[in-house]
Amino acid sequence: MSTDAGTAGDIGTVDSQIDGDLWRIVLGGQWTVAAATGIDRALKAMPAISQHRVAIDMAQVSALDTAGAWLVWRTIAALKDQGIEAELISSNPAHTGLIDTVSRNAVPCPEPPRRRNAFVAMIERVGSATFAVLYEARDLLNFLGHVVIVLARSLVQPHRIRLTPLIFHMEQSGLNAVPIVGLISFLIGVVLAFQGAEQLAQFGVEIFTVNIVASGVLREMGVLLTAIMLAGRSGSAFTAQIGTMKVNEEIDAMRTIGLDPMEVLVLPRMWALVICLPLLAFFANMMGLLGGAIMATIALDITFFQFARQLASATTLWTFWIGIIKAPVFGFIIGLVGCYEGLRVSGSAESVGRLTTRSVVESIFLVIILDALFSILFAELGI
Amino acid sequence: MADNGTSAETILRVTGLRTQFGAQVIHEDLELTIKRGEIIGIVGGSGTGKSVLLRTMVGLIRPAAGQITMLGKDITALNDEARTALQKRIGVLFQDGALFSSLTVAQNIMLPLREHTDLPPALQLEIAEVKIGMVGLPPDAANKYPSELSGGMRKRAGLARALALDPEILFLDEPTAGLDPIGAAAFDQLIGELRRALNLTVVMVTHDLDSLSAICDRIAVLLDKRVRVGTMASLRQDSEPWIHEYFHGPRARAALDHLTTGGEQQ
Repeated sequence: MSTDAGTAGDIGTVDSQIDGDLWRIVLGGQWTVAAATGIDRALKAMPAISQHRVAIDMAQVSALDTAGAWLVWRTIAALKDQGIEAELISSNPAHTGLIDTVSRNAVPCPEPPRRRNAFVAMIERVGSATFAVLYEARDLLNFLGHVVIVLARSLVQPHRIRLTPLIFHMEQSGLNAVPIVGLISFLIGVVLAFQGAEQLAQFGVEIFTVNIVASGVLREMGVLLTAIMLAGRSGSAFTAQIGTMKVNEEIDAMRTIGLDPMEVLVLPRMWALVICLPLLAFFANMMGLLGGAIMATIALDITFFQFARQLASATTLWTFWIGIIKAPVFGFIIGLVGCYEGLRVSGSAESVGRLTTRSVVESIFLVIILDALFSILFAELGI
Repeated sequence: MADNGTSAETILRVTGLRTQFGAQVIHEDLELTIKRGEIIGIVGGSGTGKSVLLRTMVGLIRPAAGQITMLGKDITALNDEARTALQKRIGVLFQDGALFSSLTVAQNIMLPLREHTDLPPALQLEIAEVKIGMVGLPPDAANKYPSELSGGMRKRAGLARALALDPEILFLDEPTAGLDPIGAAAFDQLIGELRRALNLTVVMVTHDLDSLSAICDRIAVLLDKRVRVGTMASLRQDSEPWIHEYFHGPRARAALDHLTTGGEQQ
């Protein structure tokens, strides 16, 4: 029985001859990784053995690599398990040496941990995720406490605030966000005006579109969109920056030099967001109103003058303040989560990416939760 | 592989190589010939382009001019298919192993096998197990992720992956950097053993004088954008200031003591 294996050029052969009570397995050709599939198949297809003596003849093998050597050794070991001692015939010391090397190193590795029953695994995952959320909430609360202390201390001792990084982060998170925040708010103003007009036109009270735009933008949309933008822009940047520093052991270096990372890294970022978010929210409000006004002029024939007069009668100062009051709180939350996740990075660069994603999702989630709480609070207060 | 007698065969030839980044020329007119079965060490001061040379030879950086002929083929003039075929015949170990972090060690080693052969999964795993044993990793490392391994183990795992397809040429980028002296010596020994067992050609960038004297047959010194190649003994006679400093500095004296006291390298 002769079996060709592999494709032309990479052929390894297994030939089996019975010679009295000696079973001779003649190997030939290329015994390399490229031919291993065919050889493996040929070896598995070999008939069961009735002879007591086996000789493996490698004289015709032209090339041997680790994969081929492993296949030879595996055959010998399998025969040994059946109580048959196989004799290896080879005149090439390189071949016997390689088989020897392989045999010394062929230690089976432990099986990978088996996968649990899918249902059990799902329950387990739900459980561990629940606990992870609870632990995370606890740790975030812990961090909140720490930050509040540091912030309060910085209020009492303002010289602890590092001016240069504060200005740097205000520029990065605040000033550089102006175009994108402005554009988005402007477009939202346009959309609100358009949607409102379409509905209100059915009742012939298009002028109330101004009320919709005013309260929509001033109370909710302006500040909420700004916060979401900053969570995506700055919160993620904070996590990535601090996380990378953590991977680089820069945070540890800071501690050994006697610098408090909370003061050097967290404090300026937090202050930057707490200061910039209200300013950006104000800008967003103005741009939103502008968008609404332009849309009203174009689509509803409401002039700028009419728009302004209606705006003045539809809003009170509180409409404006309700939006702006929320802004520093949102800024605080975004900075808190961004810095917290950054400091949680450990070990690999991979965890920087994972925690950056988490930081954005978490801060947007918390911002919207807080917004809902604010709505309830203001409703209770009747403003 | 089969032909282990023909030690004179040239396996890699670099001619007239120029690499440059923007206006900065790293190598100019660089010539290097590597023979089958030898271990060659590339040394040079910081910024002389040792790693750049290695990366150029494995095809990661395109040279600005010159030819690199590896295993009889000019690597700068290959189409994608031929390049892949050539890539299967070389193995590269990057400085920190460059293991894929989302895969276990065994999966890392099996990846080239899975991509480039049609071996049944069981056989892939068996071969991976052999390689894990050959590079001296404990069996239980197979199911660990790279982040769970020490630096030395990551290097060994990276070496096992580089060896997965039984390459003819093995490129090593600072294989002993960051290892403790015992680990580094063991790694050197491992490279030497693998060379003997698999008839490998090894090209390694290194700073480690112990490695150079223990296992390298020849040494290529990067100087003034070119290489000067010689054996340890001939380079020690070289009067060029940097080379003299390198092989006669206080560290060199400690590492090379055995050469002067009569100990012979393998």
